[in-house]
Amino acid sequence: MYNYDSYDRALVQARVHQFRDQVSRRVNGELSEEEFLPLRLQNGVYLQRHAYMLRVAIPYGTLSSDQLRTLALIADEYDRGYGHFSTRQNIQFNWIELEQVPDILQRLADNDMHAIQTSGNCVRNITTEAFAGVAEDELIDPRPLAEIMRQWSTVNPEFLFLPRKFKIAISSSESDRAAVRSHDIGLYLYSGDSGEMFLRVMVGGGLGRTPILNEIVREALPWQHLLTYVEAILRVYNRHGRRDNKYKARIKILVRALGVEAFAEEVEREWEQIRDGAAELTKEEYFRVARDFSAPDYEKVDAVDMDFGAWLARDSGFAIWVQNNTQAHKVKGYVSVVLSTKPGASAPPGDVTGDQMRSVAELADHYGFGEIRVAHEQNLVLPDIRKTDLYSLWRKLQELNLATPNIGLLTDVIACPGGDYCSLANTRSLPVARDIQQRFDDLDFLHDLGALSLNISGCMNACGHHHIGNIGILGVSKNGEEFFQITIGGAQGEDSSLGKVIGPAFKVEEVPDAIDRLLSTYLRYRELDEPFVETVRRLGIGPFKDEVYRKLQNHKELAQ
Amino acid sequence: MNNIIGLVNGGGVYLADDQWTFVDDEVWVTKSRPMILPLDQWQKLDESGTGVRSIHGVWLGPDDDPAVLGPISGELPIIALQFPSFRDGRAYSQANLLRTRYGFKGDLRAIGDVLRDQLALMRHCGFTSFAIRADKCVSDALKGFDGYDMIYARSATTPEPLYRRYNRGHQLATPTEEER
Repeated sequence: MYNYDSYDRALVQARVHQFRDQVSRRVNGELSEEEFLPLRLQNGVYLQRHAYMLRVAIPYGTLSSDQLRTLALIADEYDRGYGHFSTRQNIQFNWIELEQVPDILQRLADNDMHAIQTSGNCVRNITTEAFAGVAEDELIDPRPLAEIMRQWSTVNPEFLFLPRKFKIAISSSESDRAAVRSHDIGLYLYSGDSGEMFLRVMVGGGLGRTPILNEIVREALPWQHLLTYVEAILRVYNRHGRRDNKYKARIKILVRALGVEAFAEEVEREWEQIRDGAAELTKEEYFRVARDFSAPDYEKVDAVDMDFGAWLARDSGFAIWVQNNTQAHKVKGYVSVVLSTKPGASAPPGDVTGDQMRSVAELADHYGFGEIRVAHEQNLVLPDIRKTDLYSLWRKLQELNLATPNIGLLTDVIACPGGDYCSLANTRSLPVARDIQQRFDDLDFLHDLGALSLNISGCMNACGHHHIGNIGILGVSKNGEEFFQITIGGAQGEDSSLGKVIGPAFKVEEVPDAIDRLLSTYLRYRELDEPFVETVRRLGIGPFKDEVYRKLQNHKELAQ
Repeated sequence: MNNIIGLVNGGGVYLADDQWTFVDDEVWVTKSRPMILPLDQWQKLDESGTGVRSIHGVWLGPDDDPAVLGPISGELPIIALQFPSFRDGRAYSQANLLRTRYGFKGDLRAIGDVLRDQLALMRHCGFTSFAIRADKCVSDALKGFDGYDMIYARSATTPEPLYRRYNRGHQLATPTEEER
């Protein structure tokens, strides 16, 4: 992974010093809350319902074992013993004292981490997929360019007060696992005919109130022009994006207002002015950064491991876990292992305790190369595990309650923290997640259902990405009462689509039943191994809607 | 007393005898008193051939396109850019364009909601003077030039990005507890 050099270190240290001063000026009243607000947001500090929340950046979801130990220490010393991994590969600490934030940031800086620009109307953490660099179907490792963008966007003085937040994701595998199409800028990295690196640049995606998938603005952009092209997009947005209405300020609204062609022309015009200047990337810089992502010393091991094969045959629980929670690796004899943070009703999705973090760090050192990834589905990943070690690793993960074999299944629920923590949310998303996990905890049933993503957002801001869940649940408040609207047919990846609302919203206690009816409709109509989302695409929402509301109608009549 | 800070050798200095009068509505313009005029008023005077260019400056609102000043930027002594709120970042891009694309070499002034914690960013984008918001203390604002100021990207004042101006990849030993 990327190693900070002396400049990177000095920068995060200087930044802590600056924010310490700003916090003390806020505390003694020199800075008003209004003046302090963007300063604290750009250092990751939100004011939530009960306390301050600190969001720490995990650039493109990559952590060293020592960094994870640092996060564990923060969870234990400054929070209530756990942290929450978010859908943007960051970690959030929910019970933080403002006065302690500078000390926490100091701990982070001492371990080559920061919380810079994890919030605010600026370029946020650059994300990519959790299996970058190790996935079998990867075309090119996207991490060097992600790190180069991280640096470029960090405290870039022209773009810190954009109309609204700005999210960039980059991916380079057959199946896009970074949800690039729902980002303000989505980048897809691929090879040209003679091996040169190209980027497909897509702009204007975003969820929130107006969910839109981004559209192609440029094909075949040579990689050297990445920063100038992003600069051109941001300059057009900074100058022309709407600032009069917070809900219409994302770049997607500008792209839609101008039309993608006119927007692309505007960007190209701006880019022509800067493309061949000093900001063009150099091979030296690319290779300097890429060197840090070179492959670790993999052992030469056989693709087939006898012990591993024997355990698969002997222990069906292990076999199911391997089938669900491992991902093919580009080096034979290795796999990537996904640690489920969704054990069911016992812990909210994405919550991991300090003790668990420390244990995972130990496992990463012992079985891997000391590296941990955070997936945008809020799970953790050990990227480099020998197949021969899988059985003993599985046993240890079971003890840690991180071995639930539900990756990609219904109970691998993606959920925002919701009204239990967040002051924006008008409903509580975690109890809904818990009810669903509780209702559908039969593993055989879950495996029979197959690949099915379920996303829950506690409000229109859509932090739980409900629009791109195969089943999406959105909390809405009517006269102070919580209701949950259900969408189906959403999907992320190369075949991205936005879900459609099936009908009137449900009360919280009605949600598991409604999900049950959706699932039984699917099971009735599915053809062979057709996944849920394909059945919805083939049939449309009609049969699902009929089933869900017909029965509901019956229930209501019976109750009268 | 005015609230103007100017840059001298990159550092902030209080300009007690700043000569410019800021004008935001129609006034009687004389040649004896240098003024910073709204764009439309400045353009009217310029069209009437009164020799406004060498005497009076012009200010742009955040919606104005700095390109209109491109052809004449060499003749203007001062351009001011307005921050209606310090959270409105359009003037950073306008400033950058005036410096890097339209060749403006005169004084570039930040006006409006100009506060201590954004001054170093403004300096990077090419501003050279700063009309600190009237209710704020200039001596406090001056501290804004001395604190954090590290970037990776290029800026108007640093035309090359870090990877072209700095030999990257050096590791410093991790500081010990005492050194911290």
